Amino acid sequence: MAMTMTEKILAAHAGLPQVRPGQIVNAKVDLVLANELSAIVAIEEFGKIRGAEKVFDPHKIVIVPDHFTPNKDIQSAQVAKKVREFALTQQMLYYEVGRMGIEHVLLPEQGLVRPGMLVIGGDSHTCTYGGIGAFATGVGSTDVAVAWALGEVWLKVPSTIRLEFLGKKQPWVSGKDMILYAVGRLGVDGAIYSALEFTGEAIADLSVAERLTMANMAIEAGAKNGIFVVDAKTESYVQGATDRPYTVYQSDPEAEYAQTIVFDMEDIDPQVAFPHLPSNTKPVSQAGDLAIDQVVIGSCTNGRIEDLRIAAGLLKGKKIHPRVRCIVIPGTQKIYLQALKEGLLETFVQADCVVSTPTCGPCLGGHMGVLAEGERCVSTTNRNFVGRMGHVTSEIYLASPAVASASALAGRITEPGKI
Amino acid sequence: MIKGSVWKFGRDIDTDVIIAGRYCNISDPDELAKHVFEDLDPTFVGRFVQGDVIVADANFGCGSSREVAPLCLKAAGVAAVVAPSFARIFYRNAINIGLPIFEIPSVAKFFEQRQSIQIDPGTGMISNLSTGASFQAAPFPEFMQKIIGAGGLVNYASERIGGLGNEK
Ligand code: SF4
Repeated sequence: MAMTMTEKILAAHAGLPQVRPGQIVNAKVDLVLANELSAIVAIEEFGKIRGAEKVFDPHKIVIVPDHFTPNKDIQSAQVAKKVREFALTQQMLYYEVGRMGIEHVLLPEQGLVRPGMLVIGGDSHTCTYGGIGAFATGVGSTDVAVAWALGEVWLKVPSTIRLEFLGKKQPWVSGKDMILYAVGRLGVDGAIYSALEFTGEAIADLSVAERLTMANMAIEAGAKNGIFVVDAKTESYVQGATDRPYTVYQSDPEAEYAQTIVFDMEDIDPQVAFPHLPSNTKPVSQAGDLAIDQVVIGSCTNGRIEDLRIAAGLLKGKKIHPRVRCIVIPGTQKIYLQALKEGLLETFVQADCVVSTPTCGPCLGGHMGVLAEGERCVSTTNRNFVGRMGHVTSEIYLASPAVASASALAGRITEPGKI
Repeated sequence: MIKGSVWKFGRDIDTDVIIAGRYCNISDPDELAKHVFEDLDPTFVGRFVQGDVIVADANFGCGSSREVAPLCLKAAGVAAVVAPSFARIFYRNAINIGLPIFEIPSVAKFFEQRQSIQIDPGTGMISNLSTGASFQAAPFPEFMQKIIGAGGLVNYASERIGGLGNEK
């Protein structure tokens, strides 16, 4: 029977010859991720599972403390300490501050996620790994605890919505603009309980970094996972990260899709999502005259070296607007070092930006750039919900690194082509 | 039988407004419960009565995977959440931790703030006692009924420590 990539990966991990959308399966997991906030709750739940003392396989469990680290206060330090002790006692893979990164930037970089894997994580943006052809989805802490104990997760097989991007990118358009546009068209629940499969000429042209950015925001349309075909670019990225094996799954030509939505790249300009939903998108050219207080360039969506290169390209030899604070956060230690070697960090500092160690920090209103009452921020992150980055009256505008950098220079939301 | 007052919410209620990220380094459910819906309505916690029910529009619980969202609702005394649809991670978290949720198409337009609601969790029959209207929630798939019946995923998993397994 014909199946989609998502269905094939689920069938293989459930030990079944085939699966159908709607079917509930128990599937074996290849990797279980948690950050310090989901881990702290999972540790509690793990303790309640009768008969579970050791995790099923410590090499398939990874903990990355990234949300409030380096610890922002005593409470966070206590959480991080408890998580660290548990991870080390159980001999899980554990990435400490100084060796870590934002989880979804770090795991592909370290070769821990690879095509064909089934990955769950106690973080909704676990769906990022679909960018390299894995089935990856966010779950809660109890799911994480049970997967630690049993190596399995219950999943309802999603039906798949196919998104086809026809044509070539226009100037200054990136994967971020494409996913913002798609989320705008689908709505925040347009893909609820579904898989999103990204295809088309424009997708083939994207870098792996851009595919990871797009898969990252599949959840912003309510999707269970986003998935991309594995091509030569994916394989060279994965082989550059690890020599561990992987499996390539392809959707059958006759596979059944719930829906196919076709986007023409002609229609996609640089985008910005207005407060307070990621689906509230407009072309930047129609943003109007909006003065801003802060810019954040980083996160699991856009904290990769490619993103920093784009930002530095725009900021080089210039100063950001005197009223704006611009915070740049490389996604991992490796990216930080690469940006240092390439002189990007120097460009940022000379442009009057703050450069931070890898952390989620401002993205969830944690630290390193929390917004005050009424403040406006252009951010390369993925959510602009009420209060997400600070005060309930603060406003977040989601955009690409290029739009964020141009806006930092102009002091208002600006098209990169106008700088 | 669940019987209480309705607290009405709109669509796309996200987990950041259910419990803000800044409180996610707290893991004590009772402590968290003090901040439920704080950014949406700071008076909510003072006015909400244990056993009351949330009736919301589509896509309740979208956004983050934070399990503290359903946990803090449960700790605040929310007896059930009724909506046309739930974001999927919230849905599974609610099933896994035992917060009763019920899916009914277009349910939000049949309930007003502070009307009286009655829910039979066994049958999924939901009545608006103020208007007399009643609704049947979608039944849970058999597998989820087993988790609910066991009292949550942790208990269910305890019973099958060798692996959840699939029927071939
Ligand atoms: S950067 Fe933001 S969205 Fe990404 S994992 Fe961290 S908090 Fe979540």
